[in-house]
Amino acid sequence: MDVLTLTTKPKSSDIAIDNVVLRYGKGDNAVLALDGISFHVVPNEFCVIVGPSGCGKSSLLYLVAGLEERTGGMISVGGKPVTEPGPDRGMVFQAYTLFPWLTVAQNVEYGPKRKGMTAAERKAIVEHFLHEVGLAKFANHYPSQLSGGMKQRVAIARALANDPQVLLMDEPFGALDSQTRHSMQKLLLRIWDHSKKTVLFVTHDIDEAILLADRVLVMSGRPGQIKKEIRVGLPRPRSMDLVMEPNFIAMKREILELLKNDEDDEH
Amino acid sequence: MTLAPNTSSRVSNGVTARVEEGQAGRSVLKVIATPFRAVPRSLSITLGFMVWIAVIGGWFALTYSGAVKEMFLPRPESVLTTTIRMAADGSLWEHVFASVQVVLIGFVISSIVAVPLGLTMGTYRIVQAVLEPLVNFIRYLPVTSFVPLFILWIGIGIEQRVAVIVFGVFFQQLVMIADSARGVQRDLVNAAYTLGTKRGDTVFHIVFPATLPNVLDVLRVTMGWAWTYLVVAELVAARSGLGYISLKAMRGFQVDVIFMAIAMIGILGLCTDQLFRGIRRLVAPWAN
Repeated sequence: MDVLTLTTKPKSSDIAIDNVVLRYGKGDNAVLALDGISFHVVPNEFCVIVGPSGCGKSSLLYLVAGLEERTGGMISVGGKPVTEPGPDRGMVFQAYTLFPWLTVAQNVEYGPKRKGMTAAERKAIVEHFLHEVGLAKFANHYPSQLSGGMKQRVAIARALANDPQVLLMDEPFGALDSQTRHSMQKLLLRIWDHSKKTVLFVTHDIDEAILLADRVLVMSGRPGQIKKEIRVGLPRPRSMDLVMEPNFIAMKREILELLKNDEDDEH
Repeated sequence: MTLAPNTSSRVSNGVTARVEEGQAGRSVLKVIATPFRAVPRSLSITLGFMVWIAVIGGWFALTYSGAVKEMFLPRPESVLTTTIRMAADGSLWEHVFASVQVVLIGFVISSIVAVPLGLTMGTYRIVQAVLEPLVNFIRYLPVTSFVPLFILWIGIGIEQRVAVIVFGVFFQQLVMIADSARGVQRDLVNAAYTLGTKRGDTVFHIVFPATLPNVLDVLRVTMGWAWTYLVVAELVAARSGLGYISLKAMRGFQVDVIFMAIAMIGILGLCTDQLFRGIRRLVAPWAN
Protein backbone atom coordinates (compact mmCIF):
# COMPACT_ATOMS: atom_id res chain seq x y z
CA MET A 1 0.00 0.00 0.00
CA ASP A 2 1.18 3.49 -0.78
CA VAL A 3 1.85 5.27 2.48
CA LEU A 4 1.01 8.62 0.91
CA THR A 5 -2.59 7.69 0.15
CA LEU A 6 -2.74 6.38 3.66
CA THR A 7 -1.78 9.68 5.24
CA THR A 8 -3.37 12.17 2.91
CA LYS A 9 -6.80 10.60 2.93
CA PRO A 10 -7.37 9.47 6.49
CA LYS A 11 -10.84 8.51 7.55
CA SER A 12 -12.44 10.94 9.94
CA SER A 13 -15.98 10.91 11.28
CA ASP A 14 -18.20 12.87 13.60
CA ILE A 15 -19.22 11.78 17.10
CA ALA A 16 -22.82 12.40 18.12
CA ILE A 17 -23.67 12.11 21.81
CA ASP A 18 -27.31 12.58 22.64
CA ASN A 19 -28.78 12.66 26.14
CA VAL A 20 -26.45 9.95 27.45
CA VAL A 21 -27.11 8.59 30.93
CA LEU A 22 -24.84 6.24 32.88
CA ARG A 23 -25.91 4.69 36.15
CA TYR A 24 -23.89 2.21 38.19
CA GLY A 25 -25.51 -0.29 40.53
CA LYS A 26 -29.15 -0.81 41.39
CA GLY A 27 -31.73 0.39 43.88
CA ASP A 28 -30.53 2.50 46.80
CA ASN A 29 -26.88 1.96 45.93
CA ALA A 30 -27.27 3.30 42.40
CA VAL A 31 -24.85 6.06 41.43
CA LEU A 32 -25.72 8.45 38.64
CA ALA A 33 -22.36 8.95 36.92
CA LEU A 34 -23.51 10.79 33.79
CA ASP A 35 -26.78 12.72 33.54
CA GLY A 36 -28.03 13.74 30.11
CA ILE A 37 -24.80 14.45 28.26
CA SER A 38 -25.27 15.83 24.75
CA PHE A 39 -22.72 17.24 22.32
CA HIS A 40 -21.49 16.80 18.80
CA VAL A 41 -17.90 16.56 17.61
CA VAL A 42 -17.51 17.42 13.93
CA PRO A 43 -15.06 15.58 11.64
CA ASN A 44 -11.42 16.64 12.10
CA GLU A 45 -12.23 18.50 15.31
CA PHE A 46 -9.97 18.31 18.37
CA CYS A 47 -12.40 18.29 21.26
CA VAL A 48 -11.18 18.17 24.87
CA ILE A 49 -13.26 17.31 27.92
CA VAL A 50 -11.93 18.75 31.14
CA GLY A 51 -13.36 18.10 34.58
CA PRO A 52 -12.60 17.17 38.17
CA SER A 53 -11.55 13.61 38.92
CA GLY A 54 -14.52 11.32 39.31
CA CYS A 55 -16.82 13.48 37.16
CA GLY A 56 -17.32 10.62 34.73
CA LYS A 57 -15.27 12.03 31.85
CA SER A 58 -13.33 8.80 31.41
CA SER A 59 -16.53 6.78 31.60
CA LEU A 60 -17.93 8.91 28.80
CA LEU A 61 -14.93 8.03 26.65
CA TYR A 62 -15.33 4.32 27.46
CA LEU A 63 -18.98 4.62 26.39
CA VAL A 64 -17.95 6.10 23.02
CA ALA A 65 -15.39 3.31 22.64
CA GLY A 66 -18.12 0.79 23.39
CA LEU A 67 -16.15 -0.63 26.31
CA GLU A 68 -18.93 0.22 28.76
CA GLU A 69 -22.68 0.09 28.29
CA ARG A 70 -24.72 3.24 28.65
CA THR A 71 -27.90 3.26 30.71
CA GLY A 72 -29.68 5.58 28.31
CA GLY A 73 -29.32 7.94 25.37
CA MET A 74 -27.61 7.55 22.03
CA ILE A 75 -24.02 7.59 20.82
CA SER A 76 -23.09 7.31 17.19
CA VAL A 77 -19.82 7.61 15.34
CA GLY A 78 -19.95 8.39 11.63
CA GLY A 79 -23.73 7.93 11.80
CA LYS A 80 -23.35 4.38 13.10
CA PRO A 81 -24.79 3.70 16.58
CA VAL A 82 -22.18 2.46 19.09
CA THR A 83 -23.09 -0.98 20.39
CA GLU A 84 -19.70 -2.59 21.03
CA PRO A 85 -15.99 -1.78 20.72
CA GLY A 86 -14.55 -1.70 17.24
CA PRO A 87 -11.47 -0.69 15.28
CA ASP A 88 -13.23 2.42 13.89
CA ARG A 89 -12.69 4.03 17.32
CA GLY A 90 -9.00 3.97 18.28
CA MET A 91 -8.14 4.62 21.89
CA VAL A 92 -5.08 5.63 23.91
CA PHE A 93 -5.40 4.80 27.59
CA GLN A 94 -3.97 6.42 30.69
CA ALA A 95 -2.50 3.11 31.84
CA TYR A 96 0.26 1.66 29.70
CA THR A 97 -1.50 -0.85 27.48
CA LEU A 98 1.18 -1.89 25.02
CA PHE A 99 1.23 -5.67 24.66
CA PRO A 100 4.35 -6.60 26.64
CA TRP A 101 4.92 -9.79 24.62
CA LEU A 102 5.16 -7.90 21.33
CA THR A 103 7.96 -5.65 20.15
CA VAL A 104 7.28 -2.00 19.38
CA ALA A 105 6.85 -2.78 15.66
CA GLN A 106 4.60 -5.77 16.38
CA ASN A 107 2.46 -3.62 18.67
CA VAL A 108 1.98 -1.03 15.93
CA GLU A 109 1.07 -3.65 13.32
CA TYR A 110 -1.35 -5.46 15.64
CA GLY A 111 -4.46 -3.68 14.30
CA PRO A 112 -3.51 -3.92 10.59
CA LYS A 113 -2.77 -7.61 11.15
CA ARG A 114 -6.26 -8.19 12.57
CA LYS A 115 -7.61 -6.53 9.43
CA GLY A 116 -5.76 -9.10 7.33
CA MET A 117 -3.26 -6.75 5.68
CA THR A 118 -0.22 -8.32 4.04
CA ALA A 119 3.23 -8.22 5.63
CA ALA A 120 4.42 -5.66 3.07
CA GLU A 121 1.49 -3.33 3.76
CA ARG A 122 2.01 -3.65 7.48
CA LYS A 123 5.74 -2.95 7.18
CA ALA A 124 5.05 0.33 5.36
CA ILE A 125 2.50 1.36 7.98
CA VAL A 126 4.82 0.50 10.88
CA GLU A 127 7.69 2.44 9.34
CA HIS A 128 5.53 5.46 8.69
CA PHE A 129 3.98 5.73 12.14
CA LEU A 130 7.13 4.88 14.11
CA HIS A 131 8.82 7.63 12.15
CA GLU A 132 5.94 9.96 13.02
CA VAL A 133 6.45 9.41 16.75
CA GLY A 134 10.25 9.44 16.42
CA LEU A 135 10.80 5.84 17.52
CA ALA A 136 11.98 4.19 14.31
CA LYS A 137 15.15 3.06 16.06
CA PHE A 138 13.18 1.25 18.74
CA ALA A 139 11.16 -0.99 16.41
CA ASN A 140 12.62 -4.19 17.87
CA HIS A 141 12.53 -3.19 21.53
CA TYR A 142 10.05 -4.65 23.98
CA PRO A 143 7.77 -2.19 25.84
CA SER A 144 9.52 -3.02 29.14
CA GLN A 145 12.67 -1.42 27.68
CA LEU A 146 10.92 1.92 27.05
CA SER A 147 10.28 4.94 29.25
CA GLY A 148 6.71 6.03 30.06
CA GLY A 149 6.71 8.75 27.40
CA MET A 150 8.02 6.39 24.75
CA LYS A 151 5.35 3.83 25.65
CA GLN A 152 2.61 6.39 25.12
CA ARG A 153 4.16 7.46 21.80
CA VAL A 154 4.02 3.84 20.64
CA ALA A 155 0.42 3.64 21.92
CA ILE A 156 -0.49 6.68 19.77
CA ALA A 157 1.28 5.14 16.77
CA ARG A 158 -0.53 1.85 17.36
CA ALA A 159 -3.93 3.55 17.51
CA LEU A 160 -3.28 5.62 14.37
CA ALA A 161 -1.77 2.70 12.42
CA ASN A 162 -5.20 1.11 12.52
CA ASP A 163 -6.61 4.15 10.68
CA PRO A 164 -9.60 4.68 13.00
CA GLN A 165 -12.32 7.21 12.18
CA VAL A 166 -11.97 8.86 15.57
CA LEU A 167 -9.22 8.85 18.18
CA LEU A 168 -10.23 8.65 21.84
CA MET A 169 -7.60 9.68 24.38
CA ASP A 170 -8.12 9.08 28.10
CA GLU A 171 -5.62 11.27 30.00
CA PRO A 172 -2.82 9.72 27.94
CA PHE A 173 -0.13 11.94 29.45
CA GLY A 174 -1.48 11.85 33.01
CA ALA A 175 1.27 9.60 34.35
CA LEU A 176 4.16 11.50 32.74
CA ASP A 177 6.43 14.15 34.25
CA SER A 178 5.72 17.71 33.13
CA GLN A 179 8.64 17.99 30.71
CA THR A 180 7.78 14.74 28.93
CA ARG A 181 4.17 15.84 29.00
CA HIS A 182 4.96 19.05 27.12
CA SER A 183 6.96 17.28 24.44
CA MET A 184 4.13 14.74 24.07
CA GLN A 185 1.60 17.56 23.62
CA LYS A 186 3.78 19.09 20.93
CA LEU A 187 4.16 15.72 19.23
CA LEU A 188 0.42 15.05 19.37
CA LEU A 189 -0.39 18.43 17.82
CA ARG A 190 2.06 17.77 15.00
CA ILE A 191 0.67 14.29 14.33
CA TRP A 192 -2.90 15.54 14.50
CA ASP A 193 -1.98 18.24 12.00
CA HIS A 194 -0.83 15.47 9.63
CA SER A 195 -3.65 13.02 10.20
CA LYS A 196 -6.57 15.38 10.95
CA LYS A 197 -8.41 12.71 12.85
CA THR A 198 -11.43 13.57 14.94
CA VAL A 199 -10.06 13.55 18.49
CA LEU A 200 -11.97 13.32 21.75
CA PHE A 201 -9.46 13.93 24.51
CA VAL A 202 -10.06 13.73 28.26
CA THR A 203 -7.88 15.49 30.82
CA HIS A 204 -7.95 17.25 34.16
CA ASP A 205 -5.08 19.54 33.14
CA ILE A 206 -6.56 22.91 32.07
CA ASP A 207 -3.38 24.11 30.28
CA GLU A 208 -3.31 20.90 28.30
CA ALA A 209 -6.99 21.27 27.39
CA ILE A 210 -6.66 24.83 26.03
CA LEU A 211 -3.37 24.15 24.29
CA LEU A 212 -4.70 21.17 22.34
CA ALA A 213 -8.36 21.89 21.74
CA ASP A 214 -10.49 23.50 19.12
CA ARG A 215 -13.20 23.32 21.72
CA VAL A 216 -13.13 22.61 25.46
CA LEU A 217 -16.09 21.01 27.21
CA VAL A 218 -16.08 21.69 30.94
CA MET A 219 -17.72 18.98 33.00
CA SER A 220 -19.11 19.09 36.51
CA GLY A 221 -19.03 16.13 38.81
CA ARG A 222 -21.61 13.78 40.34
CA PRO A 223 -23.67 13.50 38.29
CA GLY A 224 -21.45 14.40 35.35
CA GLN A 225 -22.91 17.11 33.17
CA ILE A 226 -21.48 19.44 30.53
CA LYS A 227 -21.29 22.79 32.28
CA LYS A 228 -19.91 24.95 29.53
CA GLU A 229 -18.50 24.82 26.06
CA ILE A 230 -15.53 27.06 25.21
CA ARG A 231 -14.28 27.62 21.67
CA VAL A 232 -10.54 28.13 21.96
CA GLY A 233 -9.92 29.79 18.59
CA LEU A 234 -6.19 30.25 19.13
CA PRO A 235 -4.22 30.12 15.86
CA ARG A 236 -2.45 26.92 14.85
CA PRO A 237 0.22 25.65 14.84
CA ARG A 238 0.41 26.31 18.55
CA SER A 239 3.41 26.35 20.84
CA MET A 240 3.99 26.25 24.59
CA ASP A 241 4.50 30.04 24.59
CA LEU A 242 0.72 30.42 24.27
CA VAL A 243 0.27 29.80 28.00
CA MET A 244 1.54 33.37 28.57
CA GLU A 245 -0.95 34.98 26.15
CA PRO A 246 -3.74 37.09 27.70
CA ASN A 247 -6.61 35.21 25.99
CA PHE A 248 -5.09 31.89 27.07
CA ILE A 249 -4.97 33.13 30.65
CA ALA A 250 -8.51 34.49 30.39
CA MET A 251 -9.80 31.10 29.22
CA LYS A 252 -7.86 29.34 31.93
CA ARG A 253 -9.36 31.64 34.55
CA GLU A 254 -12.85 31.00 33.23
CA ILE A 255 -12.42 27.22 33.38
CA LEU A 256 -10.85 27.43 36.83
CA GLU A 257 -13.85 29.43 38.05
CA LEU A 258 -16.26 26.88 36.60
CA LEU A 259 -14.44 24.00 38.29
CA LYS A 260 -14.14 25.96 41.55
CA ASN A 261 -17.89 26.65 41.63
CA ASP A 262 -18.39 22.98 41.20
CA GLU A 263 -16.26 22.25 44.24
CA ASP A 264 -18.20 24.86 46.25
CA ASP A 265 -21.47 23.22 45.25
CA GLU A 266 -20.28 19.95 46.69
CA HIS A 267 -19.46 21.45 50.10
CA MET B 1 14.21 13.96 24.81
CA THR B 2 17.11 11.56 24.90
CA LEU B 3 16.75 8.25 26.61
CA ALA B 4 18.93 5.22 26.89
CA PRO B 5 17.74 2.56 24.43
CA ASN B 6 17.61 0.04 27.20
CA THR B 7 16.59 1.58 30.50
CA SER B 8 16.43 -1.75 32.29
CA SER B 9 20.06 -2.53 31.58
CA ARG B 10 20.97 0.93 32.75
CA VAL B 11 19.23 0.31 36.03
CA SER B 12 21.01 -2.97 36.61
CA ASN B 13 24.34 -1.35 35.83
CA GLY B 14 23.51 1.26 38.40
CA VAL B 15 22.95 -1.43 40.99
CA THR B 16 26.29 -3.14 40.39
CA ALA B 17 28.02 0.22 40.41
CA ARG B 18 26.53 0.98 43.81
CA VAL B 19 27.60 -2.38 45.19
CA GLU B 20 31.19 -1.85 44.17
CA GLU B 21 31.07 1.61 45.62
CA GLY B 22 29.74 0.09 48.84
CA GLN B 23 32.61 -2.36 49.01
CA ALA B 24 35.13 0.41 48.66
CA GLY B 25 33.50 2.97 50.92
CA ARG B 26 31.46 1.12 53.51
CA SER B 27 31.95 -2.11 55.37
CA VAL B 28 30.81 -5.33 53.68
CA LEU B 29 28.80 -6.03 56.82
CA LYS B 30 26.67 -2.97 56.21
CA VAL B 31 26.12 -3.94 52.58
CA ILE B 32 24.93 -7.48 53.36
CA ALA B 33 22.68 -6.27 56.19
CA THR B 34 20.79 -3.87 53.87
CA PRO B 35 17.42 -5.26 52.79
CA PHE B 36 17.14 -6.06 49.04
CA ARG B 37 20.68 -4.87 48.44
CA ALA B 38 22.56 -6.89 45.82
CA VAL B 39 25.63 -8.72 47.12
CA PRO B 40 28.74 -9.39 45.01
CA ARG B 41 28.28 -12.43 42.78
CA SER B 42 31.51 -14.04 43.95
CA LEU B 43 30.24 -13.89 47.54
CA SER B 44 26.89 -15.49 46.75
CA ILE B 45 28.52 -18.32 44.76
CA THR B 46 31.06 -18.96 47.53
CA LEU B 47 28.33 -19.09 50.17
CA GLY B 48 26.23 -21.46 48.06
CA PHE B 49 29.17 -23.83 47.75
CA MET B 50 30.04 -23.59 51.42
CA VAL B 51 26.57 -24.75 52.48
CA TRP B 52 26.92 -27.83 50.28
CA ILE B 53 30.38 -28.53 51.70
CA ALA B 54 29.02 -28.12 55.23
CA VAL B 55 26.15 -30.56 54.59
CA ILE B 56 28.40 -33.19 53.00
CA GLY B 57 31.08 -32.58 55.62
CA GLY B 58 28.49 -33.09 58.35
CA TRP B 59 27.45 -36.32 56.64
CA PHE B 60 31.08 -37.55 56.68
CA ALA B 61 31.45 -36.53 60.31
CA LEU B 62 28.28 -38.33 61.42
CA THR B 63 29.18 -41.57 59.63
CA TYR B 64 32.92 -41.72 60.29
CA SER B 65 32.65 -40.79 63.95
CA GLY B 66 30.26 -43.67 64.44
CA ALA B 67 27.59 -41.38 65.86
CA VAL B 68 25.03 -42.92 63.52
CA LYS B 69 25.02 -46.58 62.56
CA GLU B 70 25.71 -47.29 58.91
CA MET B 71 22.48 -49.24 58.74
CA PHE B 72 20.60 -45.94 59.09
CA LEU B 73 22.97 -43.51 57.44
CA PRO B 74 25.35 -44.84 54.78
CA ARG B 75 28.79 -43.37 54.22
CA PRO B 76 28.89 -40.88 51.32
CA GLU B 77 31.31 -42.96 49.32
CA SER B 78 29.16 -46.10 49.57
CA VAL B 79 26.22 -44.17 48.05
CA LEU B 80 28.58 -43.12 45.29
CA THR B 81 29.88 -46.65 44.62
CA THR B 82 26.32 -48.03 44.65
CA THR B 83 25.32 -45.39 42.12
CA ILE B 84 28.28 -46.24 39.89
CA ARG B 85 27.61 -49.97 40.19
CA MET B 86 23.90 -49.64 39.31
CA ALA B 87 24.68 -47.19 36.52
CA ALA B 88 27.21 -49.62 35.09
CA ASP B 89 24.90 -52.64 35.10
CA GLY B 90 22.10 -50.51 33.63
CA SER B 91 19.55 -51.12 36.38
CA LEU B 92 19.72 -47.47 37.49
CA TRP B 93 18.79 -46.16 34.04
CA GLU B 94 16.00 -48.67 33.74
CA HIS B 95 14.36 -47.32 36.90
CA VAL B 96 15.12 -43.68 36.09
CA PHE B 97 13.55 -44.16 32.68
CA ALA B 98 10.48 -45.84 34.19
CA SER B 99 9.98 -42.94 36.59
CA VAL B 100 10.63 -40.18 34.06
CA GLN B 101 8.21 -41.83 31.66
CA VAL B 102 5.37 -41.89 34.20
CA VAL B 103 6.02 -38.33 35.36
CA LEU B 104 6.11 -37.01 31.82
CA ILE B 105 2.96 -38.82 30.67
CA GLY B 106 1.02 -37.70 33.74
CA PHE B 107 2.33 -34.16 33.62
CA VAL B 108 1.70 -33.71 29.89
CA ILE B 109 -1.85 -35.12 30.05
CA SER B 110 -2.64 -32.84 32.96
CA SER B 111 -1.05 -29.71 31.44
CA ILE B 112 -2.62 -30.15 28.01
CA VAL B 113 -6.07 -29.95 29.56
CA ALA B 114 -5.31 -27.61 32.48
CA VAL B 115 -3.71 -24.77 30.48
CA PRO B 116 -6.53 -24.07 28.00
CA LEU B 117 -9.24 -24.88 30.52
CA GLY B 118 -7.61 -22.72 33.20
CA LEU B 119 -7.27 -19.78 30.82
CA THR B 120 -10.92 -20.15 29.79
CA MET B 121 -11.97 -20.46 33.42
CA GLY B 122 -10.09 -17.29 34.34
CA THR B 123 -11.46 -15.38 31.36
CA TYR B 124 -15.12 -16.39 31.33
CA ARG B 125 -17.06 -15.94 34.57
CA ILE B 126 -19.62 -18.51 33.44
CA VAL B 127 -16.98 -21.24 33.13
CA GLN B 128 -15.63 -20.20 36.52
CA ALA B 129 -19.13 -20.42 38.02
CA VAL B 130 -19.56 -23.95 36.67
CA LEU B 131 -16.14 -25.36 37.60
CA GLU B 132 -14.91 -23.51 40.65
CA PRO B 133 -17.10 -25.03 43.39
CA LEU B 134 -16.22 -28.57 42.30
CA VAL B 135 -12.55 -27.87 41.65
CA ASN B 136 -12.05 -26.17 45.00
CA PHE B 137 -13.60 -29.17 46.74
CA ILE B 138 -11.46 -31.72 44.94
CA ARG B 139 -8.34 -29.60 45.33
CA TYR B 140 -8.34 -30.10 49.08
CA LEU B 141 -8.73 -33.86 48.97
CA PRO B 142 -5.42 -35.58 49.73
CA VAL B 143 -4.27 -37.43 46.64
CA THR B 144 -2.87 -40.26 48.74
CA SER B 145 -6.36 -41.16 49.92
CA PHE B 146 -7.30 -41.93 46.34
CA VAL B 147 -4.47 -44.39 45.74
CA PRO B 148 -6.41 -47.42 47.04
CA LEU B 149 -9.39 -46.38 44.94
CA PHE B 150 -7.28 -46.05 41.81
CA ILE B 151 -5.71 -49.46 42.42
CA LEU B 152 -9.19 -50.93 42.74
CA TRP B 153 -10.39 -49.18 39.58
CA ILE B 154 -7.40 -49.37 37.27
CA GLY B 155 -5.07 -51.93 38.81
CA ILE B 156 -1.37 -51.52 39.50
CA GLY B 157 -0.09 -50.83 36.00
CA ILE B 158 1.44 -47.62 34.72
CA GLU B 159 -2.08 -46.18 34.26
CA GLN B 160 -2.56 -46.11 38.01
CA ARG B 161 0.62 -44.12 38.61
CA VAL B 162 -0.25 -41.73 35.79
CA ALA B 163 -3.72 -41.29 37.29
CA VAL B 164 -2.25 -40.40 40.70
CA ILE B 165 -0.02 -37.74 39.12
CA VAL B 166 -2.80 -36.28 37.00
CA PHE B 167 -5.14 -36.19 39.98
CA GLY B 168 -2.50 -34.57 42.14
CA VAL B 169 -1.38 -31.94 39.66
CA PHE B 170 -4.36 -31.10 37.45
CA PHE B 171 -6.63 -29.25 39.87
CA GLN B 172 -3.77 -27.22 41.30
CA GLN B 173 -2.65 -26.22 37.81
CA LEU B 174 -6.21 -25.32 36.87
CA VAL B 175 -6.71 -22.97 39.80
CA MET B 176 -3.33 -21.26 39.51
CA ILE B 177 -3.64 -20.75 35.74
CA ALA B 178 -7.19 -19.44 36.11
CA ASP B 179 -5.89 -16.99 38.74
CA SER B 180 -3.22 -15.61 36.45
CA ALA B 181 -5.75 -15.29 33.60
CA ARG B 182 -8.05 -13.36 35.93
CA GLY B 183 -5.16 -11.04 36.74
CA VAL B 184 -4.73 -9.86 33.14
CA GLN B 185 -4.91 -6.07 33.09
CA ARG B 186 -8.42 -5.13 31.94
CA ASP B 187 -7.26 -2.17 29.83
CA LEU B 188 -4.96 -4.52 27.90
CA VAL B 189 -8.06 -6.39 26.75
CA ASN B 190 -9.88 -3.09 26.15
CA ALA B 191 -6.99 -1.86 24.00
CA ALA B 192 -7.14 -5.09 22.02
CA TYR B 193 -10.88 -4.57 21.38
CA THR B 194 -10.31 -1.04 20.10
CA LEU B 195 -7.72 -2.48 17.70
CA GLY B 196 -10.17 -4.93 16.21
CA THR B 197 -9.74 -8.07 18.32
CA LYS B 198 -12.91 -10.15 18.32
CA ARG B 199 -14.35 -11.27 21.64
CA GLY B 200 -13.85 -14.93 20.76
CA ASP B 201 -10.16 -14.35 20.01
CA THR B 202 -9.40 -12.72 23.36
CA VAL B 203 -8.19 -15.89 25.09
CA PHE B 204 -5.83 -16.83 22.32
CA HIS B 205 -4.61 -13.38 21.25
CA ILE B 206 -4.42 -11.61 24.61
CA VAL B 207 -4.93 -13.78 27.69
CA PHE B 208 -2.63 -16.57 26.56
CA PRO B 209 0.42 -14.45 25.65
CA ALA B 210 -0.16 -12.09 28.60
CA THR B 211 -0.09 -15.00 31.06
CA LEU B 212 2.51 -17.13 29.28
CA PRO B 213 5.39 -16.35 31.69
CA ASN B 214 3.08 -17.10 34.63
CA VAL B 215 1.78 -20.28 33.04
CA LEU B 216 5.33 -21.55 32.52
CA ASP B 217 6.11 -20.80 36.17
CA VAL B 218 3.01 -22.75 37.22
CA LEU B 219 4.15 -25.68 35.07
CA ARG B 220 7.63 -25.53 36.55
CA VAL B 221 6.33 -25.58 40.12
CA THR B 222 3.75 -28.30 39.52
CA MET B 223 6.39 -30.45 37.81
CA GLY B 224 8.02 -30.69 41.23
CA TRP B 225 4.75 -31.85 42.72
CA ALA B 226 4.40 -34.45 39.98
CA TRP B 227 7.64 -36.03 41.21
CA THR B 228 6.25 -36.19 44.74
CA TYR B 229 3.07 -37.93 43.62
CA LEU B 230 5.07 -40.30 41.45
CA VAL B 231 7.04 -41.55 44.45
CA VAL B 232 3.82 -41.93 46.41
CA ALA B 233 2.36 -44.05 43.62
CA GLU B 234 5.52 -46.09 43.17
CA LEU B 235 5.84 -46.81 46.89
CA VAL B 236 2.41 -48.38 46.90
CA ALA B 237 2.20 -50.29 43.69
CA ALA B 238 4.93 -50.56 41.07
CA ARG B 239 7.45 -53.00 39.62
CA SER B 240 9.96 -50.38 38.54
CA GLY B 241 10.97 -46.78 39.19
CA LEU B 242 12.95 -44.90 41.80
CA GLY B 243 10.19 -45.10 44.43
CA TYR B 244 9.95 -48.84 43.88
CA ILE B 245 13.68 -49.48 44.37
CA SER B 246 13.60 -47.36 47.53
CA LEU B 247 10.88 -49.55 48.95
CA LYS B 248 12.73 -52.71 47.93
CA ALA B 249 15.96 -51.34 49.43
CA MET B 250 14.20 -50.64 52.73
CA ARG B 251 13.17 -54.29 52.97
CA GLY B 252 16.81 -55.34 52.34
CA PHE B 253 18.26 -52.63 54.66
CA GLN B 254 20.12 -51.10 51.71
CA VAL B 255 20.10 -47.50 52.92
CA ASP B 256 22.65 -46.49 50.29
CA VAL B 257 20.16 -47.37 47.53
CA ILE B 258 17.47 -45.26 49.20
CA PHE B 259 19.88 -42.35 49.37
CA MET B 260 20.81 -42.84 45.76
CA ALA B 261 17.14 -42.86 44.69
CA ILE B 262 16.47 -39.67 46.65
CA ALA B 263 19.53 -37.95 45.18
CA MET B 264 18.50 -39.08 41.70
CA ILE B 265 15.03 -37.54 42.09
CA GLY B 266 16.68 -34.36 43.32
CA ILE B 267 18.98 -34.22 40.32
CA LEU B 268 16.16 -34.96 37.87
CA GLY B 269 14.06 -32.27 39.55
CA LEU B 270 16.91 -29.80 39.21
CA CYS B 271 17.23 -30.70 35.52
CA THR B 272 13.53 -30.25 34.74
CA ASP B 273 13.54 -26.98 36.69
CA GLN B 274 16.41 -25.65 34.57
CA LEU B 275 14.69 -26.96 31.46
CA PHE B 276 11.56 -24.96 32.25
CA ARG B 277 13.61 -21.85 32.99
CA GLY B 278 15.31 -22.30 29.62
CA ILE B 279 11.97 -22.71 27.84
CA ARG B 280 10.66 -19.58 29.57
CA ARG B 281 13.69 -17.57 28.45
CA LEU B 282 13.20 -18.88 24.93
CA VAL B 283 9.45 -18.43 24.44
CA ALA B 284 8.89 -15.41 26.73
CA PRO B 285 12.00 -13.29 26.19
CA TRP B 286 10.13 -10.09 27.12
CA ALA B 287 9.55 -11.26 30.69
CA ASN B 288 13.18 -11.59 31.75
